[in-house]
Amino acid sequence: MNANQLGFYTLLKKEVMRFWAVLGQTVMAPVVTALLYLLVFAQAMSGRAEVYEGVTYTQFLLPGLVMMTVLQNAFANSSSSLAQAKIMGSLVFLLMAPLGHWEFFFAHVAAGLIRAALVAIAMLVVAIPFVDLPIAQPFALIAMFLLAGGSLAVLGIIAGIVSSKFDHLAAFSNFIITPLSFLSGVFYSVHSLPPIWFKASHLNPFFYMIDGFRYGFFGRSDVSIWQSLAWTSGFFIAISSVALWMLMTGYKLRK
Amino acid sequence: MNTSPTAALSISGVRKAYGAVKALNGLSFDIRQGEFFGLLGPNGAGKSTLISIIAGLIRADEGSVAVLGHDTVRDWRTARRQLGIVPQELVFDPFFNVVDMLRIQAGYYGAGREVWPWIDEMLERLDLSAKRTAMMRSLSGGMKRRVLIAQALVHKPPVVILDEPTAGVDVDLRRTLWAFMRDLHQKGTTVVLTTHYLEEAQEMCERIAIIDKGVVRVIETTEALLNRHPFRFLTLKLVDGAELPASLRELVTTEKAGAVELKLEREKHPIASVFAALRSAGIGIADVSTRDPDLEDIFIELTGKALSSAQGASK
Repeated sequence: MNANQLGFYTLLKKEVMRFWAVLGQTVMAPVVTALLYLLVFAQAMSGRAEVYEGVTYTQFLLPGLVMMTVLQNAFANSSSSLAQAKIMGSLVFLLMAPLGHWEFFFAHVAAGLIRAALVAIAMLVVAIPFVDLPIAQPFALIAMFLLAGGSLAVLGIIAGIVSSKFDHLAAFSNFIITPLSFLSGVFYSVHSLPPIWFKASHLNPFFYMIDGFRYGFFGRSDVSIWQSLAWTSGFFIAISSVALWMLMTGYKLRK
Repeated sequence: MNTSPTAALSISGVRKAYGAVKALNGLSFDIRQGEFFGLLGPNGAGKSTLISIIAGLIRADEGSVAVLGHDTVRDWRTARRQLGIVPQELVFDPFFNVVDMLRIQAGYYGAGREVWPWIDEMLERLDLSAKRTAMMRSLSGGMKRRVLIAQALVHKPPVVILDEPTAGVDVDLRRTLWAFMRDLHQKGTTVVLTTHYLEEAQEMCERIAIIDKGVVRVIETTEALLNRHPFRFLTLKLVDGAELPASLRELVTTEKAGAVELKLEREKHPIASVFAALRSAGIGIADVSTRDPDLEDIFIELTGKALSSAQGASK
């Protein structure tokens, strides 16, 4: 069956136009929030010892904050778009159109990544004059951004599909995304944790996303980059399979 | 049943149940290419379920639907390209203006800049030109309905389904809409209409199916349907408000403002026999009029329900 290429580009364009129309809320606000974290934590922890040799706490913190913001915004983009369309009823325009599950999936993932990239670039542009940040492994950096941002955009698709009211979406965000991202080693190295929390961190996929992303900047990380890539790829494949199954079968979309 | 593969819409043995409730109970009929077809039925008859199955929003438990020969499940992509559906609910995406919304909708169907002149023409025809850059959320209900109609037509589908397109809209939009649909129909578009306004169906549709409790009660040309029942109605106003003789009272359908309406079977109750009965009872006639049955009468006859009572609810 022929793919609907123009349909895919149109859906992607529409998803980008949707967040672009409220740029202050979708890009500027998360950048400001993340930079406030940076300012406050960098000040409060300024006397703390280097996390890795030659890497100050502020340098260590910035990539983690960037990745945390990437994760939250990639999730927010696809989840809010889908949930809103579902709740307001405008999803029928997509469901009645000759768009397949692959086109639907990739358009939402790509739009989430574009928003996440804008947020990350804006954060780095503002922070880099004040924080000296090397880029040791650019390919690892890009790979981790795509896999981690993509994973959260996919998770957003799942959340959008299963949510039948905005409360459900808020619960997803407040009880899953925020705790997992805060407990992923954004603000600390997991080596500084008590043994039980150290072990627990290794079950959190967000930990590998942030650790692998940090490796892209410093060439050093808490676990091997291959382990981070393997965990994040595995997570991406697993949840993508779930999302594609939902889209293909029309789970909670078609009765 | 005509199972021609070239039917605009071919509905074959479609069943759908919600628990114990059978919404569609083996529905089968074809709609020919180029027809202006009316799909009528009381609330809960299964019309919306059927349209949702055609659109791919609901899956049938059994049976199949084909659009111009393309199965809506196996060959869904081609089938959907042939279809334009105006949904009953006023749904819209609040982030976009009218013209962007229409261009986006066209893109979903693989139609690009080549349909932009058609979009401009539709905006003109539906009196939306002044609102082309207005945000969807700022439009009135009637204006949103116009955009919904344009959205369904934006990819120039050969088969268009209008689900209650005139529910709650003003006379102006009705006139605009019907003139536009007539033009499209004359150019070969198949139009399927569901409506609570039976006079619209009677005026616009060449063929009508009445469905009730998930089955087709009747499917005929509008003319044949109107001639199907050999009765007519006689309205009498009697001198000094006299009572009808007992032999005629069983024929009364309505009584209001001093006038009584009798339902007469052409063969069994010729009008002359009514006059003779009144004359022999010594009752004078102050005024008299007759009318042939309309679609509402046929509808009541077939379903036992008046569609006009539901009409008020939908307004």
